[in-house]
Amino acid sequence: MKNRLLLRGGRVIDPASGRDGVADVLVEGEAILEVGRGLEATKAQVVDCAGLVVCPGFIDLHAHLREPGREDEETIETGCRAAALGGYTAVCAMPNTDPVADDPAVCEYLAKRGRDVGLADVYPVGAITVGLRGEALAEMGTMARSVAAVNFFSDDGHGVQDALLMRRALEYSRIFDGVIAEHCEDAQLAGTGQMNEGEVSALLGLAGWPAVAEEAMIARDVLLAELAGARLHVLHLSTAGAVDIVRRAKARNARITAEVTPHHLSLTEDLVVGYDPVYKVNPPLRTAADVQALRAGLADGTIDAIATDHAPHSTEEKEREFEAAPFGMLGLETALGVAITELVVPGVVELAVLVERLTAGPARVRHLSGHGGPLEAGRPANLTVFDPAREWMVDPVAMASRSRNTPWAGERLVGKTRHTLLRGQFTVRDGMAQR
Amino acid sequence: MKRHLLSAADLSAEEVLRILDTAVSLQEISARAIKKVPTLRGRTVCNLFFEDSTRTRTSFELAAKRLSADVINFSARGSSVSKGESLKDTALTIEAMGVDAIVIRHPASGAPHRLAGWVKGTVVNAGDGTHEHPTQALLDLYTMRQHFPVLAGLKVAIVGDILHSRVARSNVLMLKTMGAEVTLVAPPTLLPPKVEAWGVPVSFDVDAVLPKTSVVMMLRVQRERLHGQLFPSNREYSRLFGLDRERLEAMPEDAIVMHPGPMNRGVEITADVADAPRAVIVDQVANGVLVRMALLYLMLGGPETEKGTV
Repeated sequence: MKNRLLLRGGRVIDPASGRDGVADVLVEGEAILEVGRGLEATKAQVVDCAGLVVCPGFIDLHAHLREPGREDEETIETGCRAAALGGYTAVCAMPNTDPVADDPAVCEYLAKRGRDVGLADVYPVGAITVGLRGEALAEMGTMARSVAAVNFFSDDGHGVQDALLMRRALEYSRIFDGVIAEHCEDAQLAGTGQMNEGEVSALLGLAGWPAVAEEAMIARDVLLAELAGARLHVLHLSTAGAVDIVRRAKARNARITAEVTPHHLSLTEDLVVGYDPVYKVNPPLRTAADVQALRAGLADGTIDAIATDHAPHSTEEKEREFEAAPFGMLGLETALGVAITELVVPGVVELAVLVERLTAGPARVRHLSGHGGPLEAGRPANLTVFDPAREWMVDPVAMASRSRNTPWAGERLVGKTRHTLLRGQFTVRDGMAQR
Repeated sequence: MKRHLLSAADLSAEEVLRILDTAVSLQEISARAIKKVPTLRGRTVCNLFFEDSTRTRTSFELAAKRLSADVINFSARGSSVSKGESLKDTALTIEAMGVDAIVIRHPASGAPHRLAGWVKGTVVNAGDGTHEHPTQALLDLYTMRQHFPVLAGLKVAIVGDILHSRVARSNVLMLKTMGAEVTLVAPPTLLPPKVEAWGVPVSFDVDAVLPKTSVVMMLRVQRERLHGQLFPSNREYSRLFGLDRERLEAMPEDAIVMHPGPMNRGVEITADVADAPRAVIVDQVANGVLVRMALLYLMLGGPETEKGTV
């Protein structure tokens, strides 16, 4: 007899099926048995979800788990614990590890570590080019056919500078119906840029990373993807112009998807004024007008997913001079709270739309089955239960991540994960990680 | 006055005048055979230089010594960039030795701001990356006042690599505070992004600006910072933006020529202009010691002050 669990009386938001209303979710073993009203609790452990939202487990398309190579900053285990606490059941691990995930062995190792840890499913992202060097195609087909079944490829941290190589990558990815996920940064135009190029960078004497360095490459890649008939995903949009290019491409029915991070939806370049590298991120924090455009793009569906770009860094590296410090900030444990606080509370995005961008949206981007809903009988019980009204304060010391570089330290956020279930097992229960 | 001097924008017009007036009164000391007063006896100033600058370091050192402060010169070649001790550890080490003020020169913009967050003493920015150099602005304004006693309304042109110049940033901020009329002259490739937000006129035509200018400040063409092709050649640069005899003669008769040094003679300024009587470049150096004395005096030992505040 398998364990039964009844999530009773929550607001079930399941974008993949269109369900949004109070209902019970009955889980048996690893799978969903039934979703409906007034379900029998016979022999089931009952979890009261009144006032809470019950939805598919969140999917992060973009995280840096640092293992292998920088286990001092994050491991699969600490990163997945942070993910589970943030309501995630699936995490895509970017390939800029040491060694780089540009071959099947590293990818299989990552997926296996994720399974062994059991806090979230880890989906390795394969490199597009060998060593992320942008010179030669990595063995994408072998990675795709490996046990890890990689179908999502990126040189994240670097744009593929060579337009011809990018064209070839897009064309080649059609063999295995892969998605090429591009970090759009023209290295020449971005140069040694440390922050958004503009009024603030000029005042601070920091080299600027201009919007055009992102937009020019997105425009190039959109055209190349259309030419190749391939699937392009644009990582971490950060400018109004980028949203515009993606919106127009989608209007032409190009096979383009895009993501945005919680920080680009909420923070602006003005935060850099004190030169604290906790605000140093790539692409950089932009202007208030860019934030507005990104929010509008998320609301109207131009942007398919919120992705964290969770990038742990050691305190000593983040305490360096601004221009010597690495790019990146934490995101997994704060994404939901930031999104509710910045988007739902002010009425920019409906809660159901936000849930879509954290679940069904990212699942669609990379054809993930088993995550992101729909919540139907027989589907894996990958579920998140969160309190959309719960206020809490971000305390870096209390985070599960091994690093502390959160720009929201000390901030009050609204919205917090209560329970996370991975295939019917609690990975987080009452806000506490279960392993 | 603030505890730290990190940016020229930290100083009000009143504070700038107070420093400049104090420097005038200290001028008399520099004229003596024994150029020393006991004002800062027992105080310790650390010159923390992560970048070579004999001129600025010597100027600060002399200023502190003439006020009888103890001076430590800590030249830390390369920062954490080159995997040495981190800036924070260096700062805490120096602080632990009981230093009252740290004068910092650093190749990274914002390093003095970070330092100020870590130490209890006073921090003086002696030039950070491509950001600011506020004491250079003080000595430049002091030099201007020697020729034009009223800074308000004074027409000043800053010509050259504004984008990478910490001297330009500090001067623009401080001159605006004092009500001077600053014009920037540079090719567009050497102007900061969104320069219109600086609220000063910008011109590409040095010949149109100079005849209406009382003070021209020529900036060094920093070849080491011109990563890309920011202008075609030194020859073209000097033709379009350099200060030569002819352009000098187009300026008002009482106009002065300034340069923060070191000069590239033959590029931004011709040798005969650099040595002309209207060039006050050597005065700028002498005045540097005076304004730095005044600043240290007011920040560390001035009357009616407590430690670390003015």
